[in-house]
Amino acid sequence: MKQKLIIIGAGMATGRALETLLDAAPDAYDVTLFNAEPRGNYNRIMLSPVLAGDKTYAEIETHDALWYAEKCVTCRFGEKLASINRVAKTVTAQNGDVLAYDKLMFGTGSNPFIIPLPGHDLEGVIAYRDLEDTERMMGLGPVSKCVVIGGGLLGLEAAAGMAARGVDVTVVHIMGHLMERQLDEAAGYLLRRALVDKGITIKCSANSKEILGKDGHVRALLLDDGTELPCDLLVMAVGIRPNVALASEAGLAVGCGIHVDDQMVTSDADILAVGECVEHDGAIFGLVAPLYDQARVAAKTLLGEHAIFVQKELSTKLKVTGCDLFSAGDFADGDGREDIVFRDPARGVYRRLVIENDVVIGAVMYGDTADSNWFFGLIRERTDIAEMRDTLIFGPAYQGGTPLDPLTAVAALSRDAEICGCNGICKGQIEDAIVAGAGDLAAIKATTKASASCGTCTGLVEQVLAVTLGDDFVLPAAASICACTDMTHEDVRRMIKSQRLTSMPAVWQECGWKTSCGCHVCRPALNFYLLADWPLEYQDDPQSRFINERKHANIQKDGTFSVVPRMWGGITTPDELRAIADAADKYAVPTVKVTGGQRIDLLGVKGEDLPAIWADLNAAGMVSGHAYSKGLRTVKTCVGTDHCRFGTQDSTGLGIKLEKTLWGSWTPHKLKLGVSGCPRNCAEATCKDIGIVCVDSGYQISIGGAAGMDVRETELLVQVVTEQETIDVIKAITQAYRENARYLDRIYKWMGKVGMDWIKERVVEDLEERAALVDRFELSQTIYRRDPWADHVRDKLQSYQPLGNFALEAAE
Amino acid sequence: MSDWIDIAALDDVPQRGARIVKTHSGCVAVFRTSADEVFALNNSCPHKGGPLSEGIVHGASVTCPLHNWVFSLETGHAQGADDGKVATYPAKVENGRILLDKATLNQRIVA
Repeated sequence: MKQKLIIIGAGMATGRALETLLDAAPDAYDVTLFNAEPRGNYNRIMLSPVLAGDKTYAEIETHDALWYAEKCVTCRFGEKLASINRVAKTVTAQNGDVLAYDKLMFGTGSNPFIIPLPGHDLEGVIAYRDLEDTERMMGLGPVSKCVVIGGGLLGLEAAAGMAARGVDVTVVHIMGHLMERQLDEAAGYLLRRALVDKGITIKCSANSKEILGKDGHVRALLLDDGTELPCDLLVMAVGIRPNVALASEAGLAVGCGIHVDDQMVTSDADILAVGECVEHDGAIFGLVAPLYDQARVAAKTLLGEHAIFVQKELSTKLKVTGCDLFSAGDFADGDGREDIVFRDPARGVYRRLVIENDVVIGAVMYGDTADSNWFFGLIRERTDIAEMRDTLIFGPAYQGGTPLDPLTAVAALSRDAEICGCNGICKGQIEDAIVAGAGDLAAIKATTKASASCGTCTGLVEQVLAVTLGDDFVLPAAASICACTDMTHEDVRRMIKSQRLTSMPAVWQECGWKTSCGCHVCRPALNFYLLADWPLEYQDDPQSRFINERKHANIQKDGTFSVVPRMWGGITTPDELRAIADAADKYAVPTVKVTGGQRIDLLGVKGEDLPAIWADLNAAGMVSGHAYSKGLRTVKTCVGTDHCRFGTQDSTGLGIKLEKTLWGSWTPHKLKLGVSGCPRNCAEATCKDIGIVCVDSGYQISIGGAAGMDVRETELLVQVVTEQETIDVIKAITQAYRENARYLDRIYKWMGKVGMDWIKERVVEDLEERAALVDRFELSQTIYRRDPWADHVRDKLQSYQPLGNFALEAAE
Repeated sequence: MSDWIDIAALDDVPQRGARIVKTHSGCVAVFRTSADEVFALNNSCPHKGGPLSEGIVHGASVTCPLHNWVFSLETGHAQGADDGKVATYPAKVENGRILLDKATLNQRIVA
């Protein structure tokens, strides 16, 4: 006959215990599950991402109703237990039902601690504990104000989540620095700075005195220095206490938490307890990893198997939305303790190791936590560090001379090295899962739970896969910009906009560039992104441009350059032609060629002659044709109504207008336009990036053509009636392309990614958005619509000359 | 023993940039990194003769503008999959001035 098991509380610990139990012996127990919250088990540590909008409740639910139903667990959600009769071995539910048990398991968790300040019972004062609290915070509108009492992890996650939703958040913390239990002062300072940058107000050393209300609802927090902080919601996140009320009433041995032995059995042999409500060997537990250990032990105990719970050294790896923090062990100052500290203020990196008798006993890291597992291993294993003390702070890469391949480092980890802190999964468990057939990250997540929670260990898990499977495993790489970063172009563009990064060092720092100053692949991309997004703030960086753009001429295979003056819409004059011919003579230009874009190319100009030839062409009224640029090149035209018997509109005139509007603008790749005066399409407008075909009723604007490595016909974007509207649509499409495309994607490639509908919505249908795009384009053009040749002739003449000429010396 | 020639002020070369010194046997490229280190290399890429002084300087490397070969400014060796070496010459900065080694420069002048 099946035994009856009653579980009190559907939290992460009992959830894991139940899972382990039912996997091992599905028929051992009839299980009834009581839960005060009206739902099953969800991953409580993921409430922060829910609050921040990164995840939905459905994504953090670990056991839904269906799961319980499949496992034949009787669920009584939304119900508390009234009492327990240990003699009769029965429990009484709130509605009076009496149920018998053979085994009982407590998982009552903990209660948020509410400071009994005057006003703590006002409407709008909440803790940050469950989904209801999270939903209250999510319900705040973007113009609301919120005060969070408590500068610990929970409080800061609440604050960061609400700030991300546009709420005006103030954190009030009684201690001198944030997260004082996990971080020392210096790391606390860096964290504070990062949060302030996110728009959160931080008040440390601040004593709350009273919560002020109006009509029964909170309106402000009063500090004892008299400061009043107005708020619509007050979140108290000052700590938790094990929930022992029921256990205590039932007469179980209780201290801070419910006393349990190594088998998770309470003072009553038929009652077990797991999770935050437990006190084991004087310790209580708030992190997930030991809870899961307890759950496994409890399941074994219920099955009559032997297992013991051992407290392990704990580390905390935290992600307070974008701040990398790690702390482990003991990092208080003390006699006989020494510090090794490393700071890199420019990168916002801080590392501190506390050493006692040549053993690392504590570590605090901020900003760069990549080596945290290795340091944590030193702490747990009490490694003697005397030999490597000199280079210890730099991490494993610097021990033993040559830098280690990260895979070698992972290969060297012992089987009990912890990989996933959230779930307490060690390397050996992952290896076992791989041997049992789990061949990719998803399978590892599914079979071991490793990397299934906060995800910071995903990289490590992948490395374990790579080490174990060898060539059979291919690290999935979302193509990053280059080897300097793991981020994609799109990620970086989002960061630049959302974090207001207006300089290249800011991007390198905030996006974690692995090189000191980028490379020839990422720097031109970043330079473009920054000038496209912040035309007023950002200073164009010539050293991050390919030589053609740095020198405003095309480099040729022998190191000479070609010079192409602009011919607006393909129109020129005898005077201009004479000036070009004179320049060709004067600078001994070996080749003069008509280009495919209706212009004249002077090929073979020596680098040092460039400013002089430009000055001559400028003097004849000509400017740079940007034939070298990722920017507007040409607007090719036919003759249109002026001369052609078929022409329907003034295509040459429109081409000139467009070129005069768009010239000088930088774009992700080269941008070529064509305007044809009738559907005979003599300007070949339908294989340009943007093509206009004039028809009797107006202008057909189409985009996404190409005649380079790919040959493609444009797709119709819209047909408009007036020339002005044509110009506006084209400015808007150009700006949308500038703001959103990946560097070196022509319009057709970008179009393929976002879709024609997405583009139409913005530049055709939404007139407000179109106007805003036009405004932003014009704003940028106030800076960039200028002739670079004239600028260089005026300001940079010197840089075109050699530093010295010893060839002359030798000739003398 | 080195004998140094004063070539120019450090600021005459842009950070993460280069200028050239002409000699009878071709140009020497003088590079300045973002950390204000100075390196002197033959200006010609061993691949197809690209002018290295026109390349993008990153860290202590330069990328040839013609076909993106990357060279270490410190050793002159091609990086990554490419194989090749550019001649390097002693260079240093003193009191804000760039100095090149006279002997190696003279060799190029008379060559």
